[in-house]
Amino acid sequence: MLLQQIINGLTQGSIYALVAIGFALIFGVLGLVNFAHGEVYMVGAFLGFILIAVFHLSFFPALILAMAGAAILGIAVELVAFRTLRRAPDVAPMVCTLGLSVVLQNVVMLVMGSDTKSLPTDFSKVDLIPVFNAQVSGSQLLIFGVSIALMLLLQFILYRSRMGKAIRATAQNKDAASLMGININRVISTTFALGSALGGAAGVLIGMYYNAFYPMMGFIAGLKAFTATVFGGLTSVPGAVLGGLIIGVAENLGAAYISSGYRDMIAFFILILVLLIKPSGLFGRDQQGKV
Amino acid sequence: MAVIILAALLPLIINDDYFLRVITIAGVFTILTLSLNLVTGFTGQFCLGWAAFYGIGAYTSALLAMKLGLSFWLTLPLGGLMAALFGILLGIPTMRLKDIYLAITTLGFGEIIRLIMLNWTDLTRGSMGLPGIPSPQLFGYEFSTNLPYYYLILILVLITVFTMYRLIDSRIGRALIAIREDDLAAKTVGIDITAYKVMAFAIGAFFAGIAGSFYAHYTSFIDPHTFSFMESISILAMVVLGGMGSITGSIIGAVILSVIPEMLRGLSEYRMIIFGLIMMAVMIIRPQGIMGKGREFAKSAGKSRRRGGGPT
Repeated sequence: MLLQQIINGLTQGSIYALVAIGFALIFGVLGLVNFAHGEVYMVGAFLGFILIAVFHLSFFPALILAMAGAAILGIAVELVAFRTLRRAPDVAPMVCTLGLSVVLQNVVMLVMGSDTKSLPTDFSKVDLIPVFNAQVSGSQLLIFGVSIALMLLLQFILYRSRMGKAIRATAQNKDAASLMGININRVISTTFALGSALGGAAGVLIGMYYNAFYPMMGFIAGLKAFTATVFGGLTSVPGAVLGGLIIGVAENLGAAYISSGYRDMIAFFILILVLLIKPSGLFGRDQQGKV
Repeated sequence: MAVIILAALLPLIINDDYFLRVITIAGVFTILTLSLNLVTGFTGQFCLGWAAFYGIGAYTSALLAMKLGLSFWLTLPLGGLMAALFGILLGIPTMRLKDIYLAITTLGFGEIIRLIMLNWTDLTRGSMGLPGIPSPQLFGYEFSTNLPYYYLILILVLITVFTMYRLIDSRIGRALIAIREDDLAAKTVGIDITAYKVMAFAIGAFFAGIAGSFYAHYTSFIDPHTFSFMESISILAMVVLGGMGSITGSIIGAVILSVIPEMLRGLSEYRMIIFGLIMMAVMIIRPQGIMGKGREFAKSAGKSRRRGGGPT
């Protein structure tokens, strides 16, 4: 029972982690929160759903195309809500992304309907593999596999490619990076594309795992993933992953042993505790005010 | 003054029930917007869970009236005080947090309050909501039509506006603005920033609670869905649309954003899309809001440039 809950929690946590990485990357380069990120995840999930249910693609091509679609949406979000407001106070782009997420939710609701959609072929019930006294399903293994592969790919891009170096330089100091000849706008677009592709992948995976796609799915997942990002220190990718996994597990244990009604509360409770004890998060640097 | 007289005479000019209802709800949002403006606009504390205080006021007032049979004139301030109490409880530990950390903590707080309303079924009846909240009575006269409610909310709005103006013009108000402009500088000149921030939070929450209490008795039905994150966002959008730190702006923002969705009721499916697009358009065209000041806005923009991210 305990082991089973931990496995389920890790599955959910991997999804939060993928979404949380997007928040962390974007916060890293811009110092701002993209509140439409949860909607990118939702649109990614629906793209995957349409590709599988309507165009009869198999899982992996659908996943890759959905990630590409989410990446394009991410670039569009940046162009509309952040690039136009580069010089505005912090609150402006954030309110703009809040407006954008309302628009995206309602556009998807208009096109797809507000009811929950399911895939005709259920991926979630295949191949249960016993591990001690618990079971790992095929879809859980798929989520673990795809998440780990994507995280490794991201680390490769960030630490082994020219663009990754440019992203890290921009995150450290935007002005200095710009003086070194880095095209900041292109770096920011790329960061949004990377983060959004991961978010889109998470959406497809979770949609397949629960076999449920609905327009509001991005909202609460986005909130919890953001909690995970804060937990990990806002700009740290490994921190976001660890935060996502911890929240996923804590939530499942809480739902199993305390009350399932308060399931969604656990993440926020952890968030408030973390902020009170160590506001900079697990891997964040302490920021001190300078005169 | 002319506006007040016009507002007082409005029901005589347009005596339409639906119109009065829309305007009364706009009044509720005006109080909510003014109260959040004190915290976000004047003190510079970004709050994403304002609907929680609105909900606490509504539930406190409704439950006191229903379970203990207290009069509306007693539950109204009690709803406000309960919200203020929660404002202090939330404020004391979180006020040392800044910017986005505070925003996200208040967001989490808002969700926790909503989930408690949803899950504490013995008291709140959960998602079924609380029906049959008694309407206010004044000297044996029961508020049954929209007209007395309209005048009541008008008085409440005037009290809020008056309090805000007096507050901002006082020593407290100047301290709050100093904290928004530069909290470190404010601290060095001897302003107890935590105490002032908590005070702003408590006063703001009090008025949000009053708005909630009025809303509960006006509609006679409340459920947790009314006090969701979307509601917090709407209130924030009203503050930002009007212009942060502008009392007139807050009133304009609240009226525009609560009347527009009503005007779009015919296009029900596109209503929220248009609402979202308006929010975006205002931010892109005029990020400082309708009544916001350009100069202060440029200053805080410079401040945001200095803050960098960290290594990924």
